[in-house]
Amino acid sequence: MEKFVTLTSTVVPLPIENVDTDQIIPARFLKATNKEGFGDNLFADWRYNKDGSPKADFVLNNPVYGGNILVAGKNFGSGSSREHAAWAIDGYGFKVVVSSFFADIFKNNALNNGVLPVVVSAEFLAEIFDGANKDPKLTLTVDLENQTIKNNANGKSESFEINSYKKECLLKGLDDIDYLLSKRELIEAYEASRK
Amino acid sequence: MSKTLFDKIWDAHVVSTVENGPTQLYIDRHFCHEVTSPQAFNGLRARGLKVFRPELTTMTADHNTPTIDQDKPVKDPISRNQLDTFAKNAAEFNMPLYYPLGHDKNGVVHIIGPENGFTQPGMTIVCGDSHTSTHGAFGTIAFGIGTSEVEMVLATQCVLQTRPKTMRINYNGKLGPGVSAKDLALYTISKLTTGGATGYFVEYAGEAIRNMTMEERMTVCNLSIEMGARGGMIAPDETTFNYVKGREFAPKGAEWDEKLAYWKTLKSDKGAKFDLELDFDAADIQPMITYGTNPGMGMGIQESIPTLDQIDEAGRISFQKSLDYMGFQPGEQLLGKQIDYVFLGSCTNGRIEDFRIFANYVKGKKKADNVVVWLVPGSWGVEKQIREEGLLDIFTQAGFLLRQPGCSACLAMNDDKVPAGKYAVSTSNRNFEGRQGPGARTILAGPLVAAAAAITGKITDPRV
Ligand code: SF4
Repeated sequence: MEKFVTLTSTVVPLPIENVDTDQIIPARFLKATNKEGFGDNLFADWRYNKDGSPKADFVLNNPVYGGNILVAGKNFGSGSSREHAAWAIDGYGFKVVVSSFFADIFKNNALNNGVLPVVVSAEFLAEIFDGANKDPKLTLTVDLENQTIKNNANGKSESFEINSYKKECLLKGLDDIDYLLSKRELIEAYEASRK
Repeated sequence: MSKTLFDKIWDAHVVSTVENGPTQLYIDRHFCHEVTSPQAFNGLRARGLKVFRPELTTMTADHNTPTIDQDKPVKDPISRNQLDTFAKNAAEFNMPLYYPLGHDKNGVVHIIGPENGFTQPGMTIVCGDSHTSTHGAFGTIAFGIGTSEVEMVLATQCVLQTRPKTMRINYNGKLGPGVSAKDLALYTISKLTTGGATGYFVEYAGEAIRNMTMEERMTVCNLSIEMGARGGMIAPDETTFNYVKGREFAPKGAEWDEKLAYWKTLKSDKGAKFDLELDFDAADIQPMITYGTNPGMGMGIQESIPTLDQIDEAGRISFQKSLDYMGFQPGEQLLGKQIDYVFLGSCTNGRIEDFRIFANYVKGKKKADNVVVWLVPGSWGVEKQIREEGLLDIFTQAGFLLRQPGCSACLAMNDDKVPAGKYAVSTSNRNFEGRQGPGARTILAGPLVAAAAAITGKITDPRV
């Protein structure tokens, strides 16, 4: 997994609530057997017309917006457990997703792929949407070590929660599986204790 | 100290706790399907790892499979490749419990698990599918995981999980006639919203739950994820034990007696503390339908869609967008609305009791000409029962066709797609935009409302 320390970037605003994983990556794109290429189909049904041409009114097709931070309305990532959603977001180039609320499984999946979900207050979120609407050059700075996110347009910043284990993993680029593999003896001892 | 049902099972599965971090939880049963597992097996290969406990993983192909002509080669080459990859992984990693298309134990993962006795009280169960919560009906901790976690389970039989908060929902009194487990669940989600139980593990309790069969309990637990819960569970009782007893992979003989004694201890102690406790009156619940694009947008079948002023301001854009997609107006009543498709199936309502309810309603009637109806059993086991009980004859006489088992139109990865703009009354679990095909408009409902829609071609209250 790639390390994550700090990031300053412009944002892609998606002020829609309850963006579910079927919107992030529709099921018909889940037929692949590897992790590559999902970014091309991120938000496919909002992003492309039936004939495959881009829908001009969708934010990913709006050339004034870009960057590595996706900012979305509350309850982002609800629905299916498909990790393909995290692969699509990562594959497209987003390193951070900001929202006022995330669905559990998505949060886990994102963290397991080096994508940082940052929970901010509803007010902070509304100010990003407002600011980016007025000036698409608005940037945010996310500092994982200090657990802060700053809106550089108005200078306001907030701290965000992340458990210290996951933080360590991201800062060092370590996977959960490395940790679990190092606990093999404990697992066998546990199994023996139940027999 | 008084413990909740959740605490008892969780505590019995802790291998270690990461300081200031998650718990390393041992997993008793892992279910695995073709769509969310290939990358996990690739991961094992890349690290040169074996599957740690192959006998604790059950594999079935269900998500991306056709529901007709399963004996012929799968037409779509990409889907075929996914199924071939699944087969290759099962062989290469020596997985003993592999049920490909056509196998008599093949079917939707959350249906074949309980059906074959893999699912037993007190277990921890995971699967790369969010509706793993279904198995909670047996008094298990069962939850959906992502593919990275599938890899962890294959490699170590463990996952790292943060301990969720606990919630208990009590349903007092009895459900009215014509009101099903699905209605109870959709009602609850409409009250809590799709994110209302995020961060919680829910225990369902109360008279209405106690009176339910195992299949009904599975429907309730299945939908836990639709209010954001990590999972849902119901304390096991005689209904549970009678269901499990005698199934192929259930304990037998002395082992059964020993397990049963333990299972009987699996209930929340008197005075156990929940982080949140809610109460509903079962009598308030009506047959439900959804009108929007998430399962929280539900209402009684006689009711009207909320008007804009009933929606809080921050949610209005999303609400309007959702109704635009559905082609509905704020304040509209949907009763009598013409529909185009009906889907009976999925891990929510694809079990034998659902088919009995449907058959009982359509018996001696005729399918409406304007609707396409997909009847998709959840497994070959269910399919066999449909034939044996004579339900197939009822369906045939009423003008319906029975398809072959799989997830089918629940997620429309195969050809069972609802065309753009068409309305489907569906017994599945998600009415997200495009879930049943690009542009498809899904109205979630229970099997009885689906049966009434299939006969009248309209949204119809089955009680009148
Ligand atoms: S029936 Fe639907 S919800 Fe259930 S396992 Fe299949 S795709 Fe998932």
